Amino acid sequence: MSSTPVTGRGGARDGAPTVDVSAMPQVLARIARLALRYRGRLALTSAASLLAAAASLTLPRLLGRSVDDALRIAAQAGQAEAARHALLLSAVLIVAATTTRGLLTALSGYQAEYVSQRVAYDLRLAFFQQLQRLSFGFHDRIHSGDLITRGMLDLEGARVVIQAGMAQALSLALLIGFAAYMMISADPTLALIGLAFVPVAGFALARMGFLLRITWMRVQQLMSVLTLTMEENLQGIRVVRAFAGRDLEMDKFDRAGGAALAEAFKRITLRFRGVSAMQVSFYASLGVLLWVGGGKVAAGTMTAGRLTEFTAYMTLLQAPIRQVAMIFNALARATSSGARLFEVMDLEPEIADRPGARPLAAPRGVLRFEGVGFRYDPAGREILSGLDFELRPGRTLGIVGPPGSGKSTVANLVPRFYDVTSGRITIDATDIRDVTLESLRAYVGLVQQEAFLFDASVGHNVAYADPWAEDERIVGAARTAQIHEHIAALPEAYETRVGERGVALSGGQRQRMSIARGVVPGPGIMIFDDSTAAIDAVTERKVREGLARATETKATIIIAHRLSSLMHADEILVLDEGRIVERGTHPELVARGGVYADLYELQTRSDAEAVLDEEAPA
Amino acid sequence: MSETDPPSPPRRAPRASLGSPEGDDVFGVFDPAVARRFLGYLGPHRRTVILTQAAVLCSAAASVVLPWLIGRVVTSAAAHDLAMLRSTMAMFAVGAGVFITAFFASEWTSARLAQQVIFDIRRAMFAHFQDISLSFMDKTHVGRIMARLQGDVNALQEFLESTTGAVGDLATLIGISVMLLYMDVKLGLFALAVLPALIAVRAVWLPHSKTSFRVAREASSAANSALAENINGVRTVQETRREALNFDLYKEKAFENFRAQVGASWMSQIMVPTVDVLTGVALAIVVWVGGGEVVSGRMDVGVMVAFVLYVQRFFEPVRMLSMQYTIMQRAMAAAHRIFEVLDVPVTIADKPDARPLADFEPTVEFRNVTFGYDPARPVLHDISLTVRPREVVALVGPTGSGKTSIIALAHRFYEVDQGQVLVGGRDVRDVTLDSLGRSIGMVLQEPFLFTGTIEENIRYNTAHATLDDIVAAAKAVAAHDFISRLPEGYQTRLGQRGRNLSVGQRQLISFARALVADPKILILDEATANIDSFTEQAIQKALKVLFAGRTCMVIAHRLATIRDADRIVVLQQGRILEQGSHAQLMRAGGLYHRLYTSAHASFDDQQVAVSGDAEFATRT
Repeated sequence: MSSTPVTGRGGARDGAPTVDVSAMPQVLARIARLALRYRGRLALTSAASLLAAAASLTLPRLLGRSVDDALRIAAQAGQAEAARHALLLSAVLIVAATTTRGLLTALSGYQAEYVSQRVAYDLRLAFFQQLQRLSFGFHDRIHSGDLITRGMLDLEGARVVIQAGMAQALSLALLIGFAAYMMISADPTLALIGLAFVPVAGFALARMGFLLRITWMRVQQLMSVLTLTMEENLQGIRVVRAFAGRDLEMDKFDRAGGAALAEAFKRITLRFRGVSAMQVSFYASLGVLLWVGGGKVAAGTMTAGRLTEFTAYMTLLQAPIRQVAMIFNALARATSSGARLFEVMDLEPEIADRPGARPLAAPRGVLRFEGVGFRYDPAGREILSGLDFELRPGRTLGIVGPPGSGKSTVANLVPRFYDVTSGRITIDATDIRDVTLESLRAYVGLVQQEAFLFDASVGHNVAYADPWAEDERIVGAARTAQIHEHIAALPEAYETRVGERGVALSGGQRQRMSIARGVVPGPGIMIFDDSTAAIDAVTERKVREGLARATETKATIIIAHRLSSLMHADEILVLDEGRIVERGTHPELVARGGVYADLYELQTRSDAEAVLDEEAPA
Repeated sequence: MSETDPPSPPRRAPRASLGSPEGDDVFGVFDPAVARRFLGYLGPHRRTVILTQAAVLCSAAASVVLPWLIGRVVTSAAAHDLAMLRSTMAMFAVGAGVFITAFFASEWTSARLAQQVIFDIRRAMFAHFQDISLSFMDKTHVGRIMARLQGDVNALQEFLESTTGAVGDLATLIGISVMLLYMDVKLGLFALAVLPALIAVRAVWLPHSKTSFRVAREASSAANSALAENINGVRTVQETRREALNFDLYKEKAFENFRAQVGASWMSQIMVPTVDVLTGVALAIVVWVGGGEVVSGRMDVGVMVAFVLYVQRFFEPVRMLSMQYTIMQRAMAAAHRIFEVLDVPVTIADKPDARPLADFEPTVEFRNVTFGYDPARPVLHDISLTVRPREVVALVGPTGSGKTSIIALAHRFYEVDQGQVLVGGRDVRDVTLDSLGRSIGMVLQEPFLFTGTIEENIRYNTAHATLDDIVAAAKAVAAHDFISRLPEGYQTRLGQRGRNLSVGQRQLISFARALVADPKILILDEATANIDSFTEQAIQKALKVLFAGRTCMVIAHRLATIRDADRIVVLQQGRILEQGSHAQLMRAGGLYHRLYTSAHASFDDQQVAVSGDAEFATRT
């Protein structure tokens, strides 16, 4: 579980886990508002809870009355028949009451769950949509694991409170309220004694529920350290073995595991204290009630039925009062989870259509960078500065430079994954910030170095950008990328699954898949960001030839550090620290004897980089 | 599960899906052998277990006695018998005290015990993973092992925590039944008649509910995996403008999940009125029949009150016990998988008379070694090779030629099938693994870094290395410059697996790690990864420093490395085809010559290999 607070507020996973109590009303109110969209069902839940509580509380009185009936009539001989009638009536009413209670409790529980699941569904969709809207800048700052946690666990935390927090609190309040009313109207003294345990237990349990939540987060945090320790050990098992690091690793495990165990022990003690307070106060109340009530009955100032009635009230309250702990746990959880969830939901995407943005019309398709400057962070280092170039359809621009020179940034600026911080980028003289993102990204195809493949079939992956593409286009793209033959040889050809539960592909194969994916939609501008780095030279040449045909009429940008990938470009830019230090064609640059020429020299000398062909036919 | 459910396709069904199903079997059947073995982990805590069980029985007994005492209070009060009331109240106070004390003693100790035992089991598994042969680790995905260490162990924890309660529930149920029959056989039998009804209803309900909970769990995992996938691939999603289509696909899964969850909720709510109706019936029986007895004077009123209190209590244990049954099934499946792991034999271990490797001439010798990951299909055939002290031997050859297996055997990652491997003139099976590990340094093709600071990563297992040693090593391999440029220098914490560094930089750190360990023998699997020309030069220089004064075996990919070696060994299909210096091999005009000229044909020929021998793929 990683922790990257997006803005700094609300994130409870960094540092010592706490629940921000001051945010509680606001977050809970917001969740409640979401639930209030389903007013009808909420009203039904409340009404059912109310009636269930009422039905439930007729039971002690019925039971008490039966005891009195039985006793009174036993005292007055000869009335046995009437007594049996009265008892039969009570028995029937008891069944009626429990049946009503059961049905209504189920109804209210079901409706509460329904509303909470419905809210979860709404939240899920909104969260999913929001993540798709938020731009690269956001996704760079936040760890994907953190987002997944928010979308799963935090969302569940916000859901559960509707059902286990709010609905439960309502029915508990109704039950206690009714019971208090019935008890006080029956006998105020005994009522006071019998109810004395409620505030004590309630407070202790509420506190426990709240603290349990906090220690739970702490345990989770420590457990995630343990998980990381184990995972890294397994992933790096060869290093561990190579350095005979067993003892060191066991020591790491014992430290991480021991810390988690100690915290788990603390949690047990905490629970122990809370439940102790509950049990002790309950039995103290019950004991005093029996003592005082028993005395009254013995003195003849109260009937045995009434004592039974009070005992039954207490039994009835005993189980539900325990839920106070759960309720407060849920409230605490929802406060931190909700805050983390809403934090993401409330962000505005940095990159979006301007008001009045129109679809891109690119009759000629000339891409221009005009004094483009860029920094990721307003206070940060300048990644690009004063970048000028023009690229016409049918021509190819090569960009080369050392790591960190800003090559990839250029690639990401064209489809507006980031916005320039100075200067502008135009297509046919229209600033790309004035056209719709949808049309711009349809026009610009980008193939990244790190090919992300989805856990789906090969065909789905190649057709990712255009799932409705005809088979011929898919196969054609795969041929262009020199991957068709490999795919055709797979057990189920294009239906073969890739990823964790499917076939494993090598780095070069993944890149070729990704190139095929980029070719399918046939955009107007194609950008290859070091996307052939893992492909062997012979295959790369074929890919390059295939692409040359496929991109004949397009504007193409090739970014690479292997010069053979881009030496055929119509113009080559050499970047260093965000600036163009040299530009020209390959022969011009070599003739100039600058950085490019040095690099060329270094690579042709080949000793350093050339690799003995592992796959050469033996 | 269907993969292509189109959300009202505009044209035709898109080739599109999101997320994927997964999962192990969740429920197992009771297996006495597994249970016995599991209970073995309680052995060291026998006294605590006995204490806990005694406390559980005490609290169950007290909880059974308390309603009876309440009934007695009513009886004595109704009979205006103050002496009896007083003595009953005293008994009640004692009973409540015993109950509270015993209840807490059992809860507290059993919860702690569960945590402790779970820790022990997890530790035993983790330790086992440190010892078992790499062949097992090669075959098993880290994610699956983690599922064992996390999910399965947690299932056991749940079981352990609830087991104590289950014993108490069973005792309570029996206690209540006995009390009912003891107080009034006829009424007791009547009241207990609802119990079979409840058990029958639950027995019918359980399989249905299990199905519906399983469906709910699967639906939720499908929705979550779709979300996770979309988050991980969000850049590609935005690049390819798949937002709308993916939203539709996700919406379907989310809705499916919503329906499944609501369905499961319906299933669990069904039981509420059932239990309530049966409680009502039992109460009605007590009121009508019991009340009748009281009327006719055959029964004390207190007994009737006690009955009322009892019948409301015996439903809870039944519910808990049937829940416990489900938990037990889950635990069985989990325990089965855990023991499967613990039963993987440790094939490579120190012999009883193994001695540490010390003061030896740094040589590595293979004597007629034959080896296969699957003994039926050897990958090395009768290999004989001697690496002399301070000699640098480069191993080259096509994929599957056995290079990686050779270096793995030198480090005794696997056991040879025939022949022997000697280090410093001693069979690797006769020396301790620990000393072997400390004598032979290893740099893997893919540098693996641990979470922690750069300093900790370079030091790794060389506890005695000072910061000065570490800086010296980093300087020697040209890593010092970029490390000192980092915000906190050597104290910079690395992200997960060194995400914040480039491949080349990670490589240099792994060199520094090997240098600090200062082994007499160094084994290196050269990276094939694509590294920019600038870093590449630094790496080549660093290699020279690493090799100096050591016996080295290098799986070499880069010509510079190969040409600098004292001897080149060319392998093909598990046999040594030719060996000698670069010049000799070029003159010989064999495979090496062919490889060399084809690689050299184009200046940039940088083949990224599918890394290593097929079966020794880098799973790091």
